[in-house]
Amino acid sequence: MLIAILAGFLLALFMPNVIRGLKGKSSIGIALLPFSLFSYFISFLPRISSGETLHFNWSWVPSLGVGLDFYLDGLSLLFTLLITGIGTLVFVYTSSYLKGHQYLDRFYAYLSMFMASMLGVVMADNIITLFIFWELTSISSFFLIGFNNDSEPSRKSALTALGVTGFGGLFLLAGMVTLGYITDEFQISSLAAMSGEIHGHDLYPWVIGLVFIGAFTKSAQFPFHFWLPGAMKAPTPVSTYLHSATMVKAGIYLLARFTPILGNHVMWNTTLIIVGSITMLYAALHAIFRLDLKGILAYSTISALGILTFLIGLGTEEALTAAAVFILVHALYKATLFLITGIIDHETGTRDVSQLGGLNKIMLPVGIAGLLAAVSNAGIPPSFGFVGKDLIYEATLHFGDLAWVLTGAAIVTNVALLFAGFLAGIKPFVGKLPEKFSKLHLPGPAMWVPPLILAVLGILFGLIPPLVDGPLIKPIVAALTLQDPDFYLHLWHGFNVILALSVATIATGIALYFIIKPSEALLGKATRFESISPHSMVKGLGRGFTWFSAKWTNFLQNGYLRYYLITILSFLTFLLAYRLFLGVEIYVDTSVLSEITIYEAIIVLIMASAIFFTVFTKSRLAAVASMGVVGYSFCLIFLFYSAPDLAMTQFSIDTLTVILFVLVIYNLPKYLKLSDNRDRIRDGLLSLIFGAMISILTLEVLNESVQKDISTYYAENAYLLGKGKNVVNVILVDFRGFDTMVEITVLAIAALGVFSLLKLRLKSIEKE
Amino acid sequence: MEILLVIIIGLLYAAGIYMILRRSLVKLIIGLILLGNGANMLIFLLGRVVKGHPPIIGPTEKILADMYADPLPQALILTAIVISFGLQAFAIILVKMAYKVVKTDDLDEMNATDEDL
Repeated sequence: MLIAILAGFLLALFMPNVIRGLKGKSSIGIALLPFSLFSYFISFLPRISSGETLHFNWSWVPSLGVGLDFYLDGLSLLFTLLITGIGTLVFVYTSSYLKGHQYLDRFYAYLSMFMASMLGVVMADNIITLFIFWELTSISSFFLIGFNNDSEPSRKSALTALGVTGFGGLFLLAGMVTLGYITDEFQISSLAAMSGEIHGHDLYPWVIGLVFIGAFTKSAQFPFHFWLPGAMKAPTPVSTYLHSATMVKAGIYLLARFTPILGNHVMWNTTLIIVGSITMLYAALHAIFRLDLKGILAYSTISALGILTFLIGLGTEEALTAAAVFILVHALYKATLFLITGIIDHETGTRDVSQLGGLNKIMLPVGIAGLLAAVSNAGIPPSFGFVGKDLIYEATLHFGDLAWVLTGAAIVTNVALLFAGFLAGIKPFVGKLPEKFSKLHLPGPAMWVPPLILAVLGILFGLIPPLVDGPLIKPIVAALTLQDPDFYLHLWHGFNVILALSVATIATGIALYFIIKPSEALLGKATRFESISPHSMVKGLGRGFTWFSAKWTNFLQNGYLRYYLITILSFLTFLLAYRLFLGVEIYVDTSVLSEITIYEAIIVLIMASAIFFTVFTKSRLAAVASMGVVGYSFCLIFLFYSAPDLAMTQFSIDTLTVILFVLVIYNLPKYLKLSDNRDRIRDGLLSLIFGAMISILTLEVLNESVQKDISTYYAENAYLLGKGKNVVNVILVDFRGFDTMVEITVLAIAALGVFSLLKLRLKSIEKE
Repeated sequence: MEILLVIIIGLLYAAGIYMILRRSLVKLIIGLILLGNGANMLIFLLGRVVKGHPPIIGPTEKILADMYADPLPQALILTAIVISFGLQAFAIILVKMAYKVVKTDDLDEMNATDEDL
């Protein structure tokens, strides 16, 4: 099982070699992978339909409670079959659609990666593993959507999709971690038993809020829906795969999977019903006005996802059954419609509905597939869509007080969806064939067979519901409600309200199809509100954020050394001052201090005036000279206080520095005051405050007693171990000999640097 | 006496920082030197100052007993003085060579990259 799930990643790794091995002739052979996975998963069908669930556990990071745990129940089985089944058809279709494409190997690699990630999502039994595969789908779909990476809109929409879904993924992670924190349980299959405990917990609203954001971003629910129409920039096989059966259904899967755990709570249901119905109505109305076939399909997909969210929100057994059926219905007809759109685009070079017509005359099988898909989409008997639509109406009608409001919303959505389906599935094939298309011909069977298979299945399941209700739908409902369901799907329910509603829907939709003719003017009306759409708001937010971060960066990273220093020093001063004045009692213990003698006082006076002179003199020579005075006064202080070595070192080093300065001084520019008075006062104040702070700090430290352990060790062992009488020297050359060696190395490097700088002949510049 | 040294340390820090904040590179180096001196004095003072007892073992003794100046800060400062000399020498030559190329030691005018020269 683990191999089955990860096979896609393995194949992706070797894809370039595989494609080269096939020499581009029969890349259709790659479809064997999804097909064998499909056969593998379908072999579980009898066991699952008899009510079993299968568990597969591999240890991964046991200390964190993360394992490669997978399980298969009705819900996961439906999704695995859709992923691998539609995957197979998409793989076959791609071999013809992208025939001879330079990067076909990459494309197949991304596609198999994506497929494997999706399988991981729908089978994961561990909430952390679920999140990991969830993010993997976001990443691999980013590569798929941005496959035409030489076009800027394509890159942009890939980034938008990644941004929105990745952003939601992080919320999902937070939700999962919170859930794990509440229950201390990471197995999804064990969490359902704890649903009472979770419902009662204070953090419950947080958990569902976070899970909702994850699911809504992935499943393109309002107001996160905007990435989906943009993702249509991808090659059509990608759109087919991502938007009919996989990527966007992951959010729905998540909601369905967590229904037994988090569902059946007023917050859960209300939020889902509201968000779902807004999404389905908003997107359905948008779909009517589109001209681009893929645009129509994108909005109708969002709308269908809205219906699913809405149904999961209703949460009754009828609604969940309707959702399960509708997932299958939608996958079948939407994949078909996408695939035929791809064929039309591939052959005619346009996706504009207002320009297409009469294609039946040249590509009849494609037309048939389109017709069947449109019929299933419209819910016209005897299609499987009719079964699905009946279930939706049944679910809304039985929902208490709000029944008629909800049913009304469902009817409006269905009418618009029917219209959109007719536009995409029927309109391009009927009517007069434009002159410019008359020389076209039917593409190879690898392209038209996949949509035809899907479309025929959509009708077949409608004619013979037992094909799916027992084996597939019942285990799903069982997984969602945790009860043994007792129902059968029917095509014919007799004459009742639901049938009347269906007939009304179909009649209105068809009437609408004959009244509204898609045109630029209508598209203009729909896009008029673009400036207040969530997409524009997010874009504006992005621009604002860029603007703000640019300002902020320029403020902090201004490129001026002094402003960096001022920032750092002010902050440091503030921290020191805060601590000193709040937590420390400032006092000076005069008893431990030594007396002031006259010669010390004079030295200090000389130093102080030398410092002032260094700072304020207008002559560089004077500044260097008084700096020398400061250094020599240091020597004296070192001498007074028992540090003869320091005095000698300071003396020689200070002399050297001053000589060096004087040597180069004539090559330097004029010693000018460069900054104005305001800057000088500001810097002066800051320096004084900082200096005062250091003084106070030093005084406070002097009150503390000194740790002399290390010094005592050196003092006692300098002669015994180091055989030297000058303790400072012994420390430097013996105890800390390595430090001194490294120090010498540093000096050598500095000397090398100085030497090479002096030898440097800036030839190119001297020539000018 | 410590009080006076404390004031000198504060002055050295203040003067050093003030000079580092100037636009002239030469002043920046002077500021670095002053700041370094201040830091050395700080370390020296915090090891406590002792008069007339250098950490040298007498000719007849084997260990340093009684009162003596702390040898550890002295060793540290000695290292610091030498290292900072390396830094100063390099910086002074660097400023000199930089001036040769760009004809200024004003930091605000030294913001061009190689290509602009």
